Amino acid sequence: MTVATSPILSIVTFLPLLGALFIAFLPSNSGGDRNARHTALYTTIFTFAISLLIWINFDPRTADFQFVEEFAWIGPFKYKMGVDGISMLFVILTTFLMPLCILASWESIQTRVKEYMIAFLVLETLMIGVFCALDLMLFYLFFEAGLIPMFLIIGVWGGKRRVYASFKFFLYTLLGSVLMLLAMFAMFNTAGTSDIPTLMQVGPTKFSADMQWWLWVAFFASFAVKMPMWPVHTWLPDAHVEAPTAGSVILAGILLKMGGYGFLRFSLPMFPLASLELAPFVFALSVIAIVYTSLVALAQEDIKKLIAYSSVAHMGFVTMGIFTFGQQGIDGAIFQMLSHGIVSAALFLCVGIIYDRMHTREIAAYGGLADRMPVYAVVLMVFTMANVGLPGTSGFVGEFLTLLGAFKANTWVAFVATTGVILSAAYALYLYRRVVFGQLEKASLKSIQDLTPREIVIMAPLVILTIVFGFYPAFLLDVMAVSVKQLVANFETVTAAADATRAALAAPQ
Amino acid sequence: MSILMSYAPAFPEMLLAVAAMVLLMVGAFSEDNESTGAFVGWLAIVAMIAAAILVALQPAGTQALFNEAFVVDQFARFMKLLILGGTATAMLLSFDFLSSKRIMKFEYPILMLLSCVGMMMMVSANDLIALYMGLELQSLALYVLASMHRENVRSSEAGLKYFVLGALSSGMLLYGSSLIYGFTGSTSFEIISNVAKSQDAAANIGLIVGLVFLLVGLAFKISAVPFHMWTPDVYQGAPTPVTAFFAAAPKMAAMGILIRALGGAFPGLETQWQQVIIFVAIASMLLGAFAAIGQNNIKRLMAYSSIGHVGFALVGLAAGTPEGAQGVLIYLLIYLVMTLGTFACILAMQRGDEMIEDIDQLAGLSQNNLPMAFVLAMLMFSLAGIPPLAGFWGKLYVFLPAINAGLYPLAIIGVIASVIGAYYYLRIVKIMFFDEPQEKFSPVPAKLGLVMGVALLFIFAFSIPQLGTPIVNAAQAAASSLRF
Repeated sequence: MTVATSPILSIVTFLPLLGALFIAFLPSNSGGDRNARHTALYTTIFTFAISLLIWINFDPRTADFQFVEEFAWIGPFKYKMGVDGISMLFVILTTFLMPLCILASWESIQTRVKEYMIAFLVLETLMIGVFCALDLMLFYLFFEAGLIPMFLIIGVWGGKRRVYASFKFFLYTLLGSVLMLLAMFAMFNTAGTSDIPTLMQVGPTKFSADMQWWLWVAFFASFAVKMPMWPVHTWLPDAHVEAPTAGSVILAGILLKMGGYGFLRFSLPMFPLASLELAPFVFALSVIAIVYTSLVALAQEDIKKLIAYSSVAHMGFVTMGIFTFGQQGIDGAIFQMLSHGIVSAALFLCVGIIYDRMHTREIAAYGGLADRMPVYAVVLMVFTMANVGLPGTSGFVGEFLTLLGAFKANTWVAFVATTGVILSAAYALYLYRRVVFGQLEKASLKSIQDLTPREIVIMAPLVILTIVFGFYPAFLLDVMAVSVKQLVANFETVTAAADATRAALAAPQ
Repeated sequence: MSILMSYAPAFPEMLLAVAAMVLLMVGAFSEDNESTGAFVGWLAIVAMIAAAILVALQPAGTQALFNEAFVVDQFARFMKLLILGGTATAMLLSFDFLSSKRIMKFEYPILMLLSCVGMMMMVSANDLIALYMGLELQSLALYVLASMHRENVRSSEAGLKYFVLGALSSGMLLYGSSLIYGFTGSTSFEIISNVAKSQDAAANIGLIVGLVFLLVGLAFKISAVPFHMWTPDVYQGAPTPVTAFFAAAPKMAAMGILIRALGGAFPGLETQWQQVIIFVAIASMLLGAFAAIGQNNIKRLMAYSSIGHVGFALVGLAAGTPEGAQGVLIYLLIYLVMTLGTFACILAMQRGDEMIEDIDQLAGLSQNNLPMAFVLAMLMFSLAGIPPLAGFWGKLYVFLPAINAGLYPLAIIGVIASVIGAYYYLRIVKIMFFDEPQEKFSPVPAKLGLVMGVALLFIFAFSIPQLGTPIVNAAQAAASSLRF
């Protein structure tokens, strides 16, 4: 049995769940916490190693779904998994970030360690499932089930206002998703299938333009909340601030990407007419998000909140890029999501490092860290620059490509969005200056320690990848190129055909 | 012998009726103490299991008895298995509670058996008179059960309230039945359905008024808004295992007869009853979602939650299609398991002999008794309809046909109500997992633990095709024996 014919996606998806079950049945004696941590770490590392096999055996020359598995499931629905150039990298991103999350929680989580590790492993299974699912109901199941572990992670291990944040997170996302569920029912009833690849083929013709509009809006309700887009982003800063470090990493690194992935998997290929019609609306929201949340970020006193708002701004670039409907824009959007997955995750880890030492996230409580923590200062600098989008870091490539795509689609959108780049430099550098530079005056900081070996192990791969992807983006772009090209080509065929019909109808008889 | 065998379709009911009478004798001629009660209780469970085996062994297809007044088809068998399962489990949940309250009397299991017979007759009824007989048999037994704990004021109040309002609803139902009989000339569902299918049926005001009264009577029994007022008080006042029983079996039977009446006698008047069902569904879902938010007594909360769930089940019925009926059946099965599991958890909330009903007392349960907290939390997520738990599949199968039937406003209001309802389910999870621990509960008795474990396994395993698909197929077969 080769990798291509083995059920490798199911293995990667459910391996963490097995690990979680194993931890659940570990005896909770004195060494129980230690065993739980180790099991979780080895499970996630092993999952990552196996997921690399997917990448190695992935054929970037075809836009078809690969490693497809298909079984009858419940009723008319199927258990169908598969990845293409768009989804495969998100699977890798998930499996890559998980061991880092476990390591980051190694010492900061001391209460109910077993439950914590179980929640994270279950969450990993569900997140990988979202990117692999090729059946509407299977997708929804993974998409929505992730709320349960995340709710518990924020609520049990979170900060002071954790209850408020966890409820807001759960109910906000649930409200968005149930409308999407109804839209999925309507699609299933109209097209007679819940198979995503088939729907991508027949969707544009089976769904009338009117119906596409409603379906698009329902899916948008879910993805816009998940993304999150302005003005439904308000759950994100709360959730980020209250979540434990690893929870923030997962939120920013992966959960936010589900919205963008959803647009690419559903909205564009299945409802192209509606997407085209509503693109100006998305542009408007994206541009507002970029400028407004960057300004809000500038005024934050809490480091995590600042990064959370900067995430919303960066996701604005993603939605803008996706709705340019061009190769560069979409390539850029995917790249931006992957890069943001690494950079924002790293930034939250950086916050976690000083939070573990000082137990505060107030910017005002820091200053002059460069004196005592030179390694930390360098690491934080790399990610701050990547967040700003400095050439040579991965952040630049995504922003540049999306802006290039937007420039072609609508110059004004690109123009306003570019000011967001300047604003992001402003808040990021201002943050960096206040935390790292200046005089080390505060007595509490006089004895702060630099990175431990464990923390260096966490940060090193992130630093390397940020720079490697900055200099050699083709490493990722080549994987997605064919799939994106296919997406763009299908989109143009369908919209051109619709235009031709409209022109024919409008022409005098 | 052949005369006896010709009654074979009614054997399960006969078995239970005979068992009830024999057990009554056993009880009457034994010493009146706790061990007699428990002994009779176990025998009752055995009788119900035997009846369930008989139901399962019945040949496929439809058999009718007593001048077509009593039919046994795939639908009846499906519902009977639910009713028997619900009643037997409720009996199993009762033992520890009743002995701790010193009311483990032998009458209790016998009343349960009798109401079970009534419920089984209801779902097999193919005639208005058979319907009424079954309904009254189960109701009379239930009134007594509600006031079983007779030294307790609330329990007596619950029994009395239930009786008065139940009698009122029976009266309305009878009034409706008499109108239907008057305007169609028959009590048989077959003939009524023929009249209702005719061209001028929609102009037959008497028939339609009768139909509405019939619906009102049944809406009382399923506690759908606006006829739900008795539910919170009765749920709170009745002894907890009796509440578990109310939430499980009679609800199944009443929903069963509602589906049977609408699908068996009135498919021709679908446009007429559909409006009523849509209204009742929306009102129940919204009231269930909003009214439960302020509750602090977990039994009252479950009462409002059950009102909301009836609303969701009715969404499938409103579609008026076989798929919709299939959805309702799946929903009922899943709801039955979830509600029994939840009541097992509620019964396990005790310190010594004192039963706890305050939600706040669950605080920090996850640190005192993680398995129980986990079970209850998963049941709450399942009741809220979060995948991959079974509750999600229930919602899926009722909303899918509603969308297919073009009932978009109903579906949208429904899912929004489910998000609002998620709030109070989450609140229980929050109290158990996020708050500081309270004093510990007593250890969970084995019988309750068993029910919790089975419920937990079920809500997780429903997503596995080996469990989910046979249930979905069975419900489909059951729904196809109706006339939608």
